[in-house]
Amino acid sequence: MDTDKCIACGLCAEKCPKKVDDEYNEALGKRKAIYVPYPQAVPLKYAIDEINCIYLNKNKCGVCEKICPSGAINFKDTKKEFLLNVGSIILSTGFSSFDPSKLDNLGFNQHPDIVTSMGFERLLSATGPFGGHLCLPSDKKHTKTPAKIAWLQCVGSRDENKCSNGYCSSVCCMYAVKQAVMARDHSKEPLDCAIFYMDMRTQGKDFDKYAENAKKGGVRFIQSRVHSVVPCRDNSGIEMMYVNDSGHIEKELFDIVVLSTGLEIGKSSVELAKIMGIELDQFNFIKTDSFNPVSTSLPGVYACGVLTGPKDIPQSVMEASSAAAAATEKIALARHTKTKEIIIPDERNTSREFSKIGVFVCNCGTNIGGVVNVPEVVEYARTLPGVTYAEENLFTCSQDTQDKMAQVIKEQGLNKVVVAACSPKTHEGLFRETLISAGLNKHLFEMANIRNQDSWVHSGQPEQATQKAKKLVRMAVAKSFLLKPLFENQLPVTQSALVVGGGVAGMAASLSLARQGFPVSLVEKNQNLGGNARLLNKTYLNEDIGAYVKQLIQQVEENDLINIFLGSSIKHVDGFVGNFETTIVSGEFEKQISHGVAILAFGAKESKPDEYLYGEHQSVLTHLDLDAALKKDSSIIKKAKNILFIQCVGSRNEEYPYCSKVCCTHSIQSAIEIKKLNPEANIYILYRDIRTYGKRELIYKQARELGIIFFRYDSDNKPIVISGENNVIVEFEDHVLKRKLSVDVDILCLASRIEAINNIKLIQAFKVVCDSDGWLLEAHQKLRPVDFATDGVFLCGMAHYPKPIDESIAQAKAAASRAITTLAKDSISVGGIVSKVNSRLCSGCGACIEVCPYRAIEMDYENNIVEINSALCKGCGACAAACPSEALTLDGFNNEQLYAQIKSAMTA
Amino acid sequence: METDIFEPKIIAFMCNWCTYGAADLAGVSRLQYPPNIIPVRVMCSASISPHHILRALQSKADGVLVGG
Repeated sequence: MDTDKCIACGLCAEKCPKKVDDEYNEALGKRKAIYVPYPQAVPLKYAIDEINCIYLNKNKCGVCEKICPSGAINFKDTKKEFLLNVGSIILSTGFSSFDPSKLDNLGFNQHPDIVTSMGFERLLSATGPFGGHLCLPSDKKHTKTPAKIAWLQCVGSRDENKCSNGYCSSVCCMYAVKQAVMARDHSKEPLDCAIFYMDMRTQGKDFDKYAENAKKGGVRFIQSRVHSVVPCRDNSGIEMMYVNDSGHIEKELFDIVVLSTGLEIGKSSVELAKIMGIELDQFNFIKTDSFNPVSTSLPGVYACGVLTGPKDIPQSVMEASSAAAAATEKIALARHTKTKEIIIPDERNTSREFSKIGVFVCNCGTNIGGVVNVPEVVEYARTLPGVTYAEENLFTCSQDTQDKMAQVIKEQGLNKVVVAACSPKTHEGLFRETLISAGLNKHLFEMANIRNQDSWVHSGQPEQATQKAKKLVRMAVAKSFLLKPLFENQLPVTQSALVVGGGVAGMAASLSLARQGFPVSLVEKNQNLGGNARLLNKTYLNEDIGAYVKQLIQQVEENDLINIFLGSSIKHVDGFVGNFETTIVSGEFEKQISHGVAILAFGAKESKPDEYLYGEHQSVLTHLDLDAALKKDSSIIKKAKNILFIQCVGSRNEEYPYCSKVCCTHSIQSAIEIKKLNPEANIYILYRDIRTYGKRELIYKQARELGIIFFRYDSDNKPIVISGENNVIVEFEDHVLKRKLSVDVDILCLASRIEAINNIKLIQAFKVVCDSDGWLLEAHQKLRPVDFATDGVFLCGMAHYPKPIDESIAQAKAAASRAITTLAKDSISVGGIVSKVNSRLCSGCGACIEVCPYRAIEMDYENNIVEINSALCKGCGACAAACPSEALTLDGFNNEQLYAQIKSAMTA
Repeated sequence: METDIFEPKIIAFMCNWCTYGAADLAGVSRLQYPPNIIPVRVMCSASISPHHILRALQSKADGVLVGG
């Protein structure tokens, strides 16, 4: 397939006689042997499936080659080898979903209504096999809808009996809850959704709130072990047999059973790692350590995503940026050595000219021309006011047409260009380049979308489609009449960073920036660097945190590009992306620094519990108290007979609904340490859900093997702590025996919540926001996990959400990487499609300031009008809509232009 | 006897980043819908003020869709 020639018209797939199972739809639907792997594929190009293509296998057929309008099909194309010379390599080959057909008790492949979670995801999708309509896969007509759906968790995870995946896949609890909520939304009838789980592991940011809402909305959460899933012989449903939390065997019928399959590493990834000589762990994940979360065993080779361990989208995206930072640290000197400057011809001044509009109507092969009468549209365009030139093209986007278009613009003296073709979302950039090369301002361009939004969606109504095409061209011409050139200016960037917070995240981010050649001002409020990590002992992989922090501090102190401000705080912040001016206060001294970006990494803190006799009895400690005892004075631990941990202290309740994410692992890690020091001690852990996600599951298993005893408690039946003389008495109910138990405890460790630091002034100074729990609010929880909506400011570490040290380091490097996207440029472009204010009309009401999501508007109190910072404006136009006096306009989409479009849409 | 079938004219203000992209995808997926919808691309649905909606209705649109 020649992807340069393919125009994605789909004629080939329509005519291809070979139908095969669509793997993207988990074989729930069919596709052709020539196909687009999935609807959102970028670039949108067809591909030939060489295993199933009739021509490639039997030398017959070849129909696609005959009908392809652009001659894109080349059966003689073969695999090619390329030799690349690179400085670093990043591996991100992802995961495979566990194949449940290996488990004979779960009935997969025995009944179409037993699906994997991936399959169910496709069922719910609008681009899925049934167009997003929830129906039974077993029903050939796709009309029968389910009344009851069950999700079965931990299929192919946390299981060393039926498979060898001893780890937790981390993401399945959350996706099952999401699927249950979405399925209920999709269903017109009341839908019963039940999730059969062991521990509900919704430890991510805002995940617990989501799960609680699902529970309140009626999704059933059944803590259980499932014995078998069996389709009923009389087709009355699928029987789920399980043991509930009191140990009783139960049976229930469902219409669909979703197997929440885990994540594992595919064969090809394992082979790749072996060829490269990269070390893998026991589960075939690429081996990394907590302090270098994206580095493989081979120097210069980095890895991110599920390839290094199970993780969700936000963490994968963070690691992706993090790997980019790690990959460029060692080769920073090569930056821009292969960059070429584009030579742009001078722009013609068209301000004194009458509108001379050129209209180019594309046939797109037969995609448009097969439905819309293109010559008629061209004729019509010629009659429109201002149009001095119109022509049709077979493919307007082809390189030869582009060259010709540039020629026509020059010859005809056109000063506005309208292209009636596909979507501006895919092709506007290309045509604008043509305008630039013809010496026209790129904003003197407008598109009429007569393919995606006309010929393709009205293919059965050619006459109406032609009329609509004319209307769309008329609207585009009417708008183009009012187009004005828009200009972009270059603003210099101060190529240095400010990092707020000298904990592990702040230091890791500073080092990454400095290693890439950018000066950093690192501000820490305490008199020493290190933050919370100074108080911690070991990671769950038994790595020494103290030694790492010591080394990190040394590296930061020795780096000439890092300027450390201890005992300091931020007093004032001025400016915006590329050009911040910040005042730092250290005692009585003040210092003003200029910087292009800022990274907020001011951390979080362990809360002091206000229950369970904390602060009243010396036997009651928090995690950090216990860590200090383990580090300094282990005698009390060695003497202790009974040690008990209570999880979720002050978290996952109404006031603090979030999970602190690290406490389950921390308690288990501490319990194992204690067991090593004092093997005779009885250790108990009272928990609500054990959340040892990912490979942390291994220490949960180890703890149970060491004889550490786990009891589950409910939030409405919390343990009771009574003061004794030298110890405390803890009373709680055992959920299996349903009996009250009481233990005399020498050391009671409370897994108290991690809480956000109130830094409201700093947050406001940088024009960023935090959520209702006090955590810094990122621009997008999944896709932009280290950015703020405000440009030039980034976040990392526990100020974002509680997280273990490996995730903090990954996020810190990610923040550095994102910051470098600004710092690596010596200037940023501002202007183009941005809002402008007409100072004569502005009454200074400030309505626009309230609605601007990017904080680009400020009040000028001297003149009582607003000012828009074009460097921060993203051109959404919300301000223009909010302005009661129409003082604000969005360039390129102003009211006159919109009104002209509306008017021309409604005439004739 | 001939009867006039009511053919509404509907102006659709579509956010460039979501609805407009979705309308493009509807095309890629060849979903068929009546041609009465007249798309107007905007950079954000928040940029649509009551003025725009009223202007559309004053210009004899029978319906207005704001997608964002």
